[in-house]
Amino acid sequence: MIETAAANDAPLAPAAGPSNLPLLAGAATGARVATIRGEALLEMPPDLYIPPDALEVFLDTFEGPLDLLLYLIRKANIDILDIPMARLTEQYLEYVELMRRRNLELAAEYLLMAALLMEIKSRMLLPRPRALREEEADPRAELARRLMEYESMKLAAHKLDALPVLGRDFLTLEVWIEQAAVQRLPEVRTEDLIAAWQSLLMHARMTQHHKVMREELSVREFMSAILRRLHGGQFADFTSLFEVGKGVAVVVVSFLALLELVRESLIEVTQSEPYAPIYVKLAHAQSE
Amino acid sequence: MLNPSEAKTVLETALLAAQEPLTLAELRRLFEEDIGADTLRRLLDELREAWQGRGVELVNLASGWRFQTRPEFQQYLERLSHDKPPRYSRAVMETLAIIAYRQPVTRGDIEGIRGVTVSTNVIKSLEARGWIDTVGYRDVPGRPALYATTKTFLDDLGLRSLQELPPLEQISSTLDLAPQTQPSEEPPAAAETAAPAAAAAD
Repeated sequence: MIETAAANDAPLAPAAGPSNLPLLAGAATGARVATIRGEALLEMPPDLYIPPDALEVFLDTFEGPLDLLLYLIRKANIDILDIPMARLTEQYLEYVELMRRRNLELAAEYLLMAALLMEIKSRMLLPRPRALREEEADPRAELARRLMEYESMKLAAHKLDALPVLGRDFLTLEVWIEQAAVQRLPEVRTEDLIAAWQSLLMHARMTQHHKVMREELSVREFMSAILRRLHGGQFADFTSLFEVGKGVAVVVVSFLALLELVRESLIEVTQSEPYAPIYVKLAHAQSE
Repeated sequence: MLNPSEAKTVLETALLAAQEPLTLAELRRLFEEDIGADTLRRLLDELREAWQGRGVELVNLASGWRFQTRPEFQQYLERLSHDKPPRYSRAVMETLAIIAYRQPVTRGDIEGIRGVTVSTNVIKSLEARGWIDTVGYRDVPGRPALYATTKTFLDDLGLRSLQELPPLEQISSTLDLAPQTQPSEEPPAAAETAAPAAAAAD
């Protein structure tokens, strides 16, 4: 019975089985095992013996005074509605004393419970007038209610823990969706490609046309044209100086004209950083 | 109009591709013509049937329908990831149980039942998991926060509503010597097959 209760309440507690008895007898031969509340304890309580090494682990498994009380009550098969207060209080205090002696950090709640148990015990010892006794509720009732409520929640916690939990016992599915993984880009149809190609051909034709029209393009003429554009001293965007629509030759000559103007220090070409827009302005805009 | 088999494939694809559970309203939007709630439910039930015996199942949760892996295959999936997800401590689980069964509750209520102080970390870890949140404040001095469980909590535990929580046991005043349900470390199915496998791996 003890083993069942211990396994239920504190899985880490070693079973207090018959194999411990010789040790127990050895301990009992000493003068006294402990002094508890001024009383010499001559032998270890038979249901209390735990190998000292396991004690800390064992006591650590209690989730508080209610848990410890439940363990004691269930172990001794006591009716929770008719708790023998003297016996329970004594056992409880023994455990608390054990914890204290092992220098375990003893939460204040354990001491508070000790006080409550002693208070209930003393109230039951005090004689009361019969009339009063009938009216007054059993001083143990509130404790019993709390113990039952806690036990109910403790069992519920076990059951909850036994349910399969997402991430621990099962996973959600993650089907790879192309749409989610790839950045959506504009769609291009075949017609768009054809249109683009045709416009390229058109440009090429125009370029050829210009070549035929003008045997020679004058760099100087373009230099002047550029200087005229820049007249007034304002900045002009580099690309705006090229008339792309007029064919490759015009673009090339425009570029040559620009280089020539730079060489002659007539214009300044500036760019704040790589790939930034290039600006062109007259070199002596201020003085003019 | 799609025939039922096509409609089921549409539902299946949408549910497999969804990141979150899909509600019935969302699933109805998949179809140009309104297929009606009854038909939808029937198709979903059929779809669930169709996935019986696979490693993946279709489940109906608080937030809607979702495909998820079956718990009995978790032991295999775990081999792909290095660390097992840790279990919650008793303090966390008992706090969660109190919030789940007695909600809405304040921290004081929880402490009253457990008989010990509830550490902020316990509340925070449950909030971080998205399992509990503050639903209000009790009108008493200090205005303590009232905690309740969330839809995510139900979803993550595979439940549709709080009514599906395991029923509270009627606590007998004396000890019932019949062994109470032990908190098993692993689901029984997993424990049986995992043990020899683990030994072989070592």
